[in-house]
Amino acid sequence: MNREMKIGLLETMLKIRKAELQLAVMFKNGKIPSGAHLYEGEEAIAAGVCANLRTDDQITSTHRGHGHCIAKGMEPRRMMAEVCAKSTGCCSGKGGTMHMFDPSIGVMGTIGIVGGGMPIATGLGLAAKLQGTDRVAVSFFGDGASNNGAFHESLNMASLWKLPVIYVCENNQFATSVSVKRSTPIEDISVRAIGYGMSGVTVDGNKVDETYAAAADAVARARRGDGPTLIECKTYRIRGHFEGDDAIYRSKEEVQAARERDPIEYWKNVLLGDGTISEQDFIDLNEKIEQLIAQAAQFADESSYPTPEDALKLCGGNPSLLVK
Amino acid sequence: MSRELTQAEALREALCEEMRADKQIFIMGEDVGPHGGIFTVTKGMFDEFGGERVRDTPISEAGFVGAALGAAIIGGRPIAELMFGDFAAVAMDQLVNQIAKARYMSGGKVKAPLVVRLTIGARGSTAAQHSQSPHAWFMHTPGLYVAVPSTPADCKGLLKTAIRNDNPVVFCEHKKLYFVKGQVPDGDYMTPFGVADIKRQGKHATVVAISIMVNKALAVADKLAREGIELEVIDPRTLVPMDWETIFKSVRKTGRLVVMDEGCFTGSVAAEIASKVSKECFDYLDAPVERVCATDTPIPFSPPLEEFVIPQEDDLEKAVRSILVGAACA
Ligand SMILES: Cc1ncc(C[n+]2csc(CCOP(=O)(O)OP(=O)(O)O)c2C)c(N)n1
Ligand SMILES: [Mg+2]
Repeated sequence: MNREMKIGLLETMLKIRKAELQLAVMFKNGKIPSGAHLYEGEEAIAAGVCANLRTDDQITSTHRGHGHCIAKGMEPRRMMAEVCAKSTGCCSGKGGTMHMFDPSIGVMGTIGIVGGGMPIATGLGLAAKLQGTDRVAVSFFGDGASNNGAFHESLNMASLWKLPVIYVCENNQFATSVSVKRSTPIEDISVRAIGYGMSGVTVDGNKVDETYAAAADAVARARRGDGPTLIECKTYRIRGHFEGDDAIYRSKEEVQAARERDPIEYWKNVLLGDGTISEQDFIDLNEKIEQLIAQAAQFADESSYPTPEDALKLCGGNPSLLVK
Repeated sequence: MSRELTQAEALREALCEEMRADKQIFIMGEDVGPHGGIFTVTKGMFDEFGGERVRDTPISEAGFVGAALGAAIIGGRPIAELMFGDFAAVAMDQLVNQIAKARYMSGGKVKAPLVVRLTIGARGSTAAQHSQSPHAWFMHTPGLYVAVPSTPADCKGLLKTAIRNDNPVVFCEHKKLYFVKGQVPDGDYMTPFGVADIKRQGKHATVVAISIMVNKALAVADKLAREGIELEVIDPRTLVPMDWETIFKSVRKTGRLVVMDEGCFTGSVAAEIASKVSKECFDYLDAPVERVCATDTPIPFSPPLEEFVIPQEDDLEKAVRSILVGAACA
């Protein structure tokens, strides 16, 4: 990894972190009409994986998808305006926090149905192969999703057909209130790859150098035509399941311990230690991103809502029956 | 005697009373255990009944809904909780091909006494994949009973009937009603399936309203009553079986019908009611049957769009006025 790439990872993680914390404030201030599933503490996964992707590579994501959008190149203001339900959002306010798309940068859907994005990513990989390109697809999903049929059907097809798909499991230890220990009778979800005859690996999801390296391997394998990979990234969901969830189903000590394994602190210290950046560089970067996010928040806040009749646009079926 | 309870409390009371009385009953679903369900319905039940009978499942909807059928055909009485009705789509094979048909296909050799509880309706901008009102899917599947309660009292009484029923019941709870209070009778009572509740008598037009739309219809009826327009508001309470006779009788009296439902317009429960009434009450109708439904779109995220798509009191008022043009009361 060269200097630029190392700093790029830090920058992406900071962007995601600050955007999410800003959204948490906006949620408190009533600027977000729904709940929001924030990604604080898991930034090293989106950043490390997406740093290996080209613009034409594609991803699907989940209800916790803001970070993936940013890592794949979405402007924070488009993401934040969507979360605030504004007409300037990436989906004009129709999709919202759980359903974001931007095909021009390969964001092919953050999906509100758990597991729902996995077959879609499989199909993106199938299309890449049929179309004779070396494009790859990445499916981000949670530990909870790995217990859904969609996971198992997707992995089997991708391995059978040697599809260029990377399945990235963000094992943040919880599915809503249920600890992974109470939903999944194995220690490492990556072992499930064995059952489908594909590569599987578990990495520390809070270390961006590890997620980057694992994804680099998997992307190379996919581009060579050697098929899919399952990457399990162990991490921890620092916040409640969504904003407003007080998460009383786990101890404060457990959360505090996880906070101490902060992925941004870790990477910042690596870069300070190896002389990639100075303290002043970090302060400057931090400030630059703070400004970017403040501007994005202002853009989201000042944008207007779509007009009610916009609801009728873009729907298939029989428009004559769109009564109102 | 009665007390004031929320819908969530009334449902919990039904579950607890039934589970105390019948050891074969158990609950499974996501976050129903120590967490008490995301809408608090099973709060405290893990402590009383333990993890074997109030079971947290992995996110495996096809798996646990199907497992409910397996347990039901061998004497268990499972209740599967699907959180959001939208997720029924993930379990659709088990619901439609297995659960609905087991009793029939087996020539009556097995029965499937199970309940699938799920939520319907838009609440708090949860957007396209968490806001649907898919009860028509189930009404369109022969073999399933479908309940759509609108009050805490009916929630309790209908859920008890559902649990004791030997057939599969899809029990549709509106998300916006969980924390709305209402009077609930004391003690053990069952609300029969297939008996509509006439919420308000009137002579100028009938409004058949489903689930939360009952409240909107009653508000409109109050408003129009001040102008001398008297609406008869009917809550069918169950879609399968449907109390057709009560609806027909009312329309034969008023000569006019509006059906109000949060399901989308096309292929809807409202369409079915309109169709049956048009035939059975043909000679009595003084105006075409109107439907006030959600638009034929996915539910959008942005609040002004969501509000536009979901049927509102204004929409009902307009529909009522449109069929009363030239009527004696108008
Ligand atoms: C099919 C389906 N079932 C249930 C839900 C409700 N739900 C939303 S997020 C979630 C937990 C997901 O856990 P995980 O996959 O580990 O992702 P995380 O939230 O931890 O990022 C659940 C149960 C859903 N959206 N879709
Ligand atoms: Mg998780």
